Amino acid sequence: MSEEFYREMAQSIIDGDSDRAVELAKKSLAMQIHPLDAISKGFVVGVNCVGEQFGRGEAFLPELVMAGEAMKAAVATLEPELKKLGSARQIKGRVVLATVEGDIHEIGKTLVGTMLSASGFEVHDLGVDAPADKIIGKALEVNADIIGLSALLTTTMVRQREVIQELDKEGLRPRIKVLVGGAPITRDWFEKIKADGYSEDAIGAVKAAEQLVAKD
Amino acid sequence: MAKNIKAISNPKLKLEILTPEEVKKIHAATLWIIEKVGVRFPSKRALDIWEASGAAVDREKNIVRAKPGLIEEALQKCPPAYLLAARDPGQDLPLDGNHVYLGTDGCGVGVIDIQTGQKRTSCLNDVRDIARVADATEEVAFHWVPVSAQDAPAHTRGLYEVKTIWENSTKHVQTESIYTAHEANAAIEMATLLVGGKDKLRQRPVLSLMQCTAPPLSHDGGSLDAALIAAEHGIPTGFMTMAACMTTGPATLAGNLAIGNAEVIAGTALLQLAYPGAPVFYAAAQTASDLRTGAYTGGGPEDFLFGAATNLLADYYNIPLSMGSFATGAKEPNWQAGLENSLSTFMASVVMSDMLLGCGFLHGSRIWSYAEMMLDCEIFSIIHKMMGGILVDEETLALDTIAAVGPGGHFLAQKHTRSHMRELFAPQFMDRRPYSEWESKKDDARDWASAKARKTLAEHQPEPLDLKISAEMAKIIKSAEQKEKKL
Repeated sequence: MSEEFYREMAQSIIDGDSDRAVELAKKSLAMQIHPLDAISKGFVVGVNCVGEQFGRGEAFLPELVMAGEAMKAAVATLEPELKKLGSARQIKGRVVLATVEGDIHEIGKTLVGTMLSASGFEVHDLGVDAPADKIIGKALEVNADIIGLSALLTTTMVRQREVIQELDKEGLRPRIKVLVGGAPITRDWFEKIKADGYSEDAIGAVKAAEQLVAKD
Repeated sequence: MAKNIKAISNPKLKLEILTPEEVKKIHAATLWIIEKVGVRFPSKRALDIWEASGAAVDREKNIVRAKPGLIEEALQKCPPAYLLAARDPGQDLPLDGNHVYLGTDGCGVGVIDIQTGQKRTSCLNDVRDIARVADATEEVAFHWVPVSAQDAPAHTRGLYEVKTIWENSTKHVQTESIYTAHEANAAIEMATLLVGGKDKLRQRPVLSLMQCTAPPLSHDGGSLDAALIAAEHGIPTGFMTMAACMTTGPATLAGNLAIGNAEVIAGTALLQLAYPGAPVFYAAAQTASDLRTGAYTGGGPEDFLFGAATNLLADYYNIPLSMGSFATGAKEPNWQAGLENSLSTFMASVVMSDMLLGCGFLHGSRIWSYAEMMLDCEIFSIIHKMMGGILVDEETLALDTIAAVGPGGHFLAQKHTRSHMRELFAPQFMDRRPYSEWESKKDDARDWASAKARKTLAEHQPEPLDLKISAEMAKIIKSAEQKEKKL
């Protein structure tokens, strides 16, 4: 019975079917399956499967994003029960994510957030036009391992450096690592502002984040 | 100085990419989107104008929903033709539907250094050098700010950029990198200085402004304020959509055209509601995101189709179009660059898009290459030649000459040949040498293009800008800097 049930859970993620994933998560609670089992034996198997297909060039980005969204929905359904049981999902790290002050470009940053949470990070997305103090305040509040900063404009990418300088001033690095991204961000810029990681796309951002937490 | 500007006009080629019914369907879909879904206008000034015009305004979310009648009526006030003026009146560009002009692209962050061949971060001197080379090139009719002057202060960078281009070229400047009210005001002050008065600026707009939308269905607040200021002063202004299939727009091409159209015409209608009759243009560079990374691609069959289809939309509203062409995703001037830039530019030209952007870029408008710029100019020249089509008359049928040569002769020594041979295309960068000559040198178009750019930069002396005007412009920038500091 439960083998088949876990397979259905994985399939809902592979299909990118958030409604179905939530339905199965609720059902698993009613069946008194431990939420950690539902995640690790069911839903995560689906995420990994899509990830592998993507790696082989068989799946495309929307499939990866939909699987990520379905995973997020399933985990959110299971979270209250997890808390009640006093257990926590194992996470790879905590990330505070934002588009810097003065910049309203959202889509790349949101995509990075989805990819990070699908691959096991806890993501706190502050949205766009976020000032440095708000970003750093949130990072301290949630005890973040990584701050991810997005910028699309050459006039706003300087804000990435401001956040890094502020963190340095407060002595918060290397405890908090800084990951930068956005269309104008190059390796030169990443080196110049002494960030800890950078990526040109969302898939690369996950790899960079994994490397940053592995260094600890 | 290249006084002569090469523009495509009186085309013989035609392409029907959408039927009139299909264009109407896209227009109807666009009106539905604006009325039912709405477009975000995060600017108090813009929202006030919309509200006063009777649109439904959600102040909390900054979303405007407008009835079709309001949009259509506003669009009817757009002037169908006007002039992009240049410092040198001989280089003025009438936007009249019968000209295709090429501009440089923008706004990149890197440059392949013309001397070392190495990639580096862009600076103000690059803006200067690119402007000088573009000034000398007859294919380039107008400038965009090609790269970001990253060594200039962020808050006034856009002003340093336009000043530098004016100082180094007599051609029209269209900037895409001024997107705040304070910079727009200062830039207009500078343009006013250049033509000698506010009224003259209306007749001779030596500056035009292009604002990017923030797809899907959003505008940027600073861009809206800057566009409204420009429209108020009769500075030609356009909104550009870069809606990308699958990320910022639907995966389907028709849906992507409709969503981008909604962004552009809603912005354009706003300008007409505020300043009826203000010169406006449609701007677009739609694309399809890469299936694997979601990245902006800067080329591919979808881009080529968008390149041709968008002018039908702009024509439907009877306003000029500034269309993204060239701008390959390739990392160096290679097979991909040649393929993408030729097809995108052909498709945008064959439908007579008024302005083409923009030559000179690699990696999807991020890295400037002088070699690519020269190669792109040659692509434009080839298309310019093709658009002339084939002329069939007594002279071109050449029957007398054919009879004179007869079977078995040759045409090399004929007067008819001599009088028409210069109509044939003489390429600068195509390799038609004997194989052995190539074998001994192993050089190619990229080397020749780089050499030509280096030579142009070393030798070309643009007509200088009056030093007094330059100094006054510097003062305007300083004062804008100080105002910004006080805020």
